[in-house]
Amino acid sequence: MSSSRRSTIIVEHLRKQQMWDSISKGKRLDGRALDEIRPIEIEVGLIKKANGSARVKIGNSEVVAGVKVETGEPFEGLENKGALILSAEVLPTASPYIEPGPPDEETVELARVVDRGIRESEMLDLSKLALIPGEIVYVIFVDCSVINADGNLFDATSYAAVSALMNSKLPVFEIRDRKAVDTGEKQNPPLTTVPVSITAVRIGESVILDPTAEEEACMDARITITTNSDQNFAAVQKGSTGAFTVEQLKRAAATARIKGEEIRAKLRESTKAGK
Amino acid sequence: MTQTRSLIDENGKRTDGRTGDQLREIKITVGVIKNADGSAFIEFGMNKIVAAVYGPREVHPKHMALSDRCVLRCRYHMTPFSTDTRKNPAPSRREVEISKVMREALEPSLMLEDYPRAAIDVYVEVLQADGGSRCAGITAASVALADAGINMRDIVSACAAGKVDDRIVLDINDTEDKEGDADMPVAYMPHLELVTLLQLDGVLNEDQFNQCVEEAVKGCKMVYEVQRKALMQKYFGNETELKEEQ
Repeated sequence: MSSSRRSTIIVEHLRKQQMWDSISKGKRLDGRALDEIRPIEIEVGLIKKANGSARVKIGNSEVVAGVKVETGEPFEGLENKGALILSAEVLPTASPYIEPGPPDEETVELARVVDRGIRESEMLDLSKLALIPGEIVYVIFVDCSVINADGNLFDATSYAAVSALMNSKLPVFEIRDRKAVDTGEKQNPPLTTVPVSITAVRIGESVILDPTAEEEACMDARITITTNSDQNFAAVQKGSTGAFTVEQLKRAAATARIKGEEIRAKLRESTKAGK
Repeated sequence: MTQTRSLIDENGKRTDGRTGDQLREIKITVGVIKNADGSAFIEFGMNKIVAAVYGPREVHPKHMALSDRCVLRCRYHMTPFSTDTRKNPAPSRREVEISKVMREALEPSLMLEDYPRAAIDVYVEVLQADGGSRCAGITAASVALADAGINMRDIVSACAAGKVDDRIVLDINDTEDKEGDADMPVAYMPHLELVTLLQLDGVLNEDQFNQCVEEAVKGCKMVYEVQRKALMQKYFGNETELKEEQ
């Protein structure tokens, strides 16, 4: 059951007031402009045991993602396609407010929104990943672990998952006696586009990009918009307990396109350098 | 999604015979569950969904209570017989997410600060699922909250728009959801003109995105009329119907 609750971080009234005053003047408490994204660091290929991996830092938020490839049965209704399974976990290392245990609704939402961006943009051409249609297909696991949480986990996790996929080499399986056998060779994954998610939050009447944990604790509403390489929209998720006007949504969508292009260039560059 | 067949015929009619800007038939009955403080039953196309509200009431467990406002709790759940293949009754990740977005879609409309240290529970049970059950669920839940007499800023109406055969159409049905190109569920407060839920699955360019949001908002306004009539019917009966006809 979904229940309203207080923010995990409790921001003092004075600090909140300070934040509102500052944002209304067009500057944030950490000195950034309203549409400024914190410095992004991307490292790929750091986990040798994975088929692909990436570590992404946005400011102090840090996520490690790994790709593992197996073979298995296809999903029901998608018999001629490979299976993509994305998970996300916020580790207890990430913040003093997180405890070990089954994922809470925010973590479930995180994984599903990141999954939606990758799946709906058709980043991976899953139709090329069936071995025996209806019986044996590639199963691609993308597992994301948040190791430090300082806001904007949606974007950090999405960039980590996307970078790990771009960095990945899939094993080549062959069918012998209706069984999949690893040939020991490697191939590039069938990538078609680079999805980029951009998260904006509304605090008072201002909309800011890439919120910190402290800003998220004061936000009224959040929106995560994923664009593909053609700068079209592939997935959107509004979150938090506030609302947006139609005008604000249109503006956020336009911003997501422009900023997404900058991040996309960065993802492409970083994953190339890692190979 | 891969396109397998044409979903809009040469006359502009969709798989269920509707035009692009037509909603499925909606019927809302208020106060169907006698034990609940507020309830509503919605039939939205083939969707059959019941929403019940309990509260404001004491919070259990007590440590969940908030000293300055009310706790809103929402559960979206599908019965095992609501879908083509039996659905496991345990809550799926999809249901966990929908429960969350539903709560976040309803919360802006409620004056939760009027009921400190209390809880309001909203239960949405999908008895039969057709496309757009989350929108129908939110619509019914908002009517049930009004029926329960909770202080509200506005009602929340929900409706999806989407892209089918390269056209933006209103109120995506089950087939269009599975075989169409994009689905965008939207919840909207018609008087405050604020969007409280927005999701998108599928690819749209910027013009289509803007058009989709506008279409969905139009749909929400049509849904609102049905909600209003359903509530009027329960509280003022046929009296109002007569007045409106005049």
